[in-house]
Amino acid sequence: MLKLTGITKRFGSLVANDSIDLEVRQGEIHALLGENGAGKSTLMNILYGLYTPDAGTIEWKGKPVKIEGPGHAIELGIGMVHQHFMLIPVFTVAENIVLGMEPGGVALDMKQANQRVREISTQFGLEVDPEDKIQSISVGQQQRVEILKALYRGAELLILDEPTAVLTPQEVVELGKIMKNLVAQGRTIIIITHKLKEVLHLADRVSVIRRGRKITTVEAQGKTEAELANLMVGRDVELKVEKQESHPTLPVLEVNHLSAKNDRGLDAVKDVSFQVRAGEIVGIAGVDGNGQSELIASITGLRKPTSGTVKVNGRDLTAHSPKQVRDAGVGHIPEDRQRRGLVLDFSIAENAALGDHRKFTRFGLLNYGKMTDLAERIVKTFDVRPPRPDYVARSLSGGNQQKVIVGREIMRDPNLLIAVQPTRGLDVGAIEFIHRRLVAERDSGKAVLLVSLELDEVMNLADRILVMYKGQIVAEVTGHEATEENLGLMMAGGGGARG
Amino acid sequence: MTLALVGILVTATLRAATPLLLAALGGIFSERSGVVNIALEGIMLVSSFVAVWANFVTGSWVVGILGGVVAGVLYSGLHAVASIRFKADQTVSGVALNLAAVGLTEFLLNRVWGQGGGSPAVNRVPDLFGLNLFVYVAFALALVAHWALFKTSWGLRLRAVGEHPLAADTVGVNVAKMRYWGVLLSGALAGLAGASLSIGLLSRFVHGMTAGKGFIALAAVIFGKWNPLGAIAATLLFGVSESLGTIFQTLGVTAIPTQFFGMAPYFLTMLALAGFVGRSTAPAASGVPYEKAH
Amino acid sequence: MHVAKESGLSKAIRDAVEAITVPVLATILGLIVGTVFILLAGKDPVQAYIAFAQAVAGTPRAFGETLVSTIPLIFTGLAVSLAFRSGLFNIGVEGQYLVAQIASVVVGYAIKMPATWPPFIAGMLHVTLAVSAGALAGAAWAGIVGLLKALRGVHEVINSIMLNYIALFLCGWLLNNYLRASSGQASSHAVQPTAALTQGLIEGSRLHTGLWIALAAALVVWVILWKTPAGYEIRSVGLAPGAAEYAGISVAKNTVLAMALSGALAGLAGAVQTLGVNRKFFETTAFVGYGFDGIAVALVGRNHPLGVILAALLFGALARGGPQMQAAAGVPKAVIYIVQGTVIFFVAAEGIWRFLKNRKLKAEVKSA
Repeated sequence: MLKLTGITKRFGSLVANDSIDLEVRQGEIHALLGENGAGKSTLMNILYGLYTPDAGTIEWKGKPVKIEGPGHAIELGIGMVHQHFMLIPVFTVAENIVLGMEPGGVALDMKQANQRVREISTQFGLEVDPEDKIQSISVGQQQRVEILKALYRGAELLILDEPTAVLTPQEVVELGKIMKNLVAQGRTIIIITHKLKEVLHLADRVSVIRRGRKITTVEAQGKTEAELANLMVGRDVELKVEKQESHPTLPVLEVNHLSAKNDRGLDAVKDVSFQVRAGEIVGIAGVDGNGQSELIASITGLRKPTSGTVKVNGRDLTAHSPKQVRDAGVGHIPEDRQRRGLVLDFSIAENAALGDHRKFTRFGLLNYGKMTDLAERIVKTFDVRPPRPDYVARSLSGGNQQKVIVGREIMRDPNLLIAVQPTRGLDVGAIEFIHRRLVAERDSGKAVLLVSLELDEVMNLADRILVMYKGQIVAEVTGHEATEENLGLMMAGGGGARG
Repeated sequence: MTLALVGILVTATLRAATPLLLAALGGIFSERSGVVNIALEGIMLVSSFVAVWANFVTGSWVVGILGGVVAGVLYSGLHAVASIRFKADQTVSGVALNLAAVGLTEFLLNRVWGQGGGSPAVNRVPDLFGLNLFVYVAFALALVAHWALFKTSWGLRLRAVGEHPLAADTVGVNVAKMRYWGVLLSGALAGLAGASLSIGLLSRFVHGMTAGKGFIALAAVIFGKWNPLGAIAATLLFGVSESLGTIFQTLGVTAIPTQFFGMAPYFLTMLALAGFVGRSTAPAASGVPYEKAH
Repeated sequence: MHVAKESGLSKAIRDAVEAITVPVLATILGLIVGTVFILLAGKDPVQAYIAFAQAVAGTPRAFGETLVSTIPLIFTGLAVSLAFRSGLFNIGVEGQYLVAQIASVVVGYAIKMPATWPPFIAGMLHVTLAVSAGALAGAAWAGIVGLLKALRGVHEVINSIMLNYIALFLCGWLLNNYLRASSGQASSHAVQPTAALTQGLIEGSRLHTGLWIALAAALVVWVILWKTPAGYEIRSVGLAPGAAEYAGISVAKNTVLAMALSGALAGLAGAVQTLGVNRKFFETTAFVGYGFDGIAVALVGRNHPLGVILAALLFGALARGGPQMQAAAGVPKAVIYIVQGTVIFFVAAEGIWRFLKNRKLKAEVKSA
């Protein structure tokens, strides 16, 4: 059905796709597996017409084609569901689906649009209400809207980009059913992912992409995670971090009956209480959007809680400013490294001082020498490339930017280290490194609070795991007891009461 | 006595509101498509000049209106190209065009009539039932604008491009084209606004005659929540503040110095904006240049 | 592992050259457009430019006068560039300038220094008081805008422009009711001799000691922005408000602070011009224009104090040479406005375009 031959794409001096061949059969579910930054998204963006390849050919249904843009790809029957949904929050479901192919003449016929949406929604078993606004429906429902968008336009080939990033394990199973249903109705699916489990659950065949090259295409049946990881990275991968037993002592962070609202004024955190002790890693697991962001913001001073208390080492820091929280010995690796963690137009040295800049002074004037010294130490210890403190942060890759932030926060020697999505978008090497550092912090007696949407990361690192669902802590299990099944169940709101 | 007074208040308010409403409609289309158009003031000024010029040359106010609209479209075209093609900072581009407009009109004033203060008088656009034609046009256009924005496919796409241009792009909507629509339409409407000032309310061009009305129109856009019907309400309010001076004069009240009436519209604008946290309802991608991936 | 450090000086030179290219190009383009308009006006460009050059630097006196035009632009350029650095657009310099003029005239006129004091001391003190009054007035006027933005999220551009017009009317009213020298006079009382800034730095010209204040202000701005924690905070709020908040920097506080500092500089422009040149407040129905020119100066000077000084010199020359072009060669001085608008236009479009080109490259690299 689809054949890509010799696809090459360069961005400046970076070769994102290096002569990639790919063959996708009609009616199959084909996984494109690779690390972050391997080039799989680029390849699919080329297929969808968002990029033009520098070399190579595309054959669609036996005929060679040149895909001019998304409009053209849609005409051909290729639909894409992006990782970050392309939905307009203030529009309704139906408005989003029909945009660009609206029924009616000059005047927009929304009645017809709503009707049509209901029809295909039932046909494909993707339940949505056409008149709901996107901003008020759940992430899982939004994904269904995205899929319907493609189907409305008559897509025969569906490309799903990291579709399970925002789903619980149960919802992944749901998605699997939907995908099998779509295949039964004659569709073909390509799924882009870096998650080994998904590949094994969902795909018929897997093509592995590494550093811009296609390594191989294999049947998914009968493979193990370790085998796939090896193909993906090119060496044996430590899927689990070596760690000793934890020996926690006194509580460093005490959160009691904390409640907070989100940006839209709705309750996001509901009566949450927990502790993090020195010498342990506590992980908060949960699907995105269940209050984790607001919880961390309330603890770090970026948001005012509506009730409850936050204490660090006995000091009451409830509703204090971010500055006061940081000064009390709290380090924070933020969720959004570009928007929060760094001033991209500052140099690495200036970023090293971020948050403590008033301490880098001499006679009231800034001491750039001191900043550079710290930056040099960070760059050396955390292997930041390029190792130049005067380089502007914007010019670093995502992984190196993250290392600067992690380095800065750890070097402040905080009593409590809060790490939110610390390895998002990083390659395996960087992930291993940061995981080992977090365990090292814990072993040296620090308290570490980890929030992550990657269940594997939480299970790997945490000594105790708290599951957050709809703003509440619904379960607490030790690292040993945790399995994907029981955690997944609780992340979706079912099962176990507080342990 | 009071009925006559109310009559004066209503006519004065409608007259004052008309250029504001026309310009505000322009601002709405531009911002809804994602392009901040601070240059409304400059576009109005240039158009008010061209309207008088065209009228002077041909003796026809119809040609004058046409001239104003065309001038508005062309001048706003500069902002469109800078903002859409060259991804310039939209605020800076707008301010630049405003400054250039002052110089341009002064230069042309000198060239055409050899004097710096203002132009000679020309044929005014006629009144209908005591109100200038422009008043009816303005309010009618507001209703048309509302329909176009919210009840047509074109309007849906325009709004999509202002909220989430990438999403619109991925379903095949031409982001640049829609934004050009938005800005050029705002130029046409601002051109109409300028013409209404110089050949509708007055009958000549005076140096600097827009006097900040373009910015008040922007405030009306925000105050009216980027909705043509809201803009009607907002501009009526601002129109009242402008016509207060006339009212009090008619009443013979001299206790309040004239400068305070001069200040009134601007002060009211500040008050309206301060009391109104309208930021969250702005089109989400407004002011952000769109980068097409390739 | 040895971490290499590029020599500070060579990097500084490289940065400076890179920073100058675009403004120079834009200026050339602006002059080309200006030439086109001169031709449109039916005049001779060569004659025009000769008249221009003579007016700007033909004699020492001429150069002195050029510097007189430059001084207020240094202040307003600094004002706008400081605000830009914190992510704010201070287009209200005109209004801040006006209120500062009134404030400095009031302090300059109403306070009488004791006659027994040595004139130098009395002068220094009085000037300091009057100039400070101007700076404070400007700071307060701009502070309003900062507060409204910080507390109510109102766009500073609209509010600044509103306050410009309000200032115009307010100052007119104050002149009318309190400050007129005598009825029928189009100006206020003159300031005391002790409050005036000494003129004649260059023989025969009105060049006054305000020049030193301007240069000092540029130095102070540089120190504040790049050498103090306060400047670090202002710059980080301007470049990355999310990160600033995360780092414990108060975006609201710095918004108000930056606007106030910017307004203070605008106020200095008004105070220094009044005490150095006008020595009184003249009735006016229009904006003097230094504030709008300051935007051009800031943009062309790339928001850097040194660049601002150079750009101010450029625009000061334009201001000085323009009227002379009209007198000697018959070219309407409105051409100058057109040139200015064009220069800003090209600086804005060109600079952002290049910046975004670089950013797009990085973004593509990362998303691959």
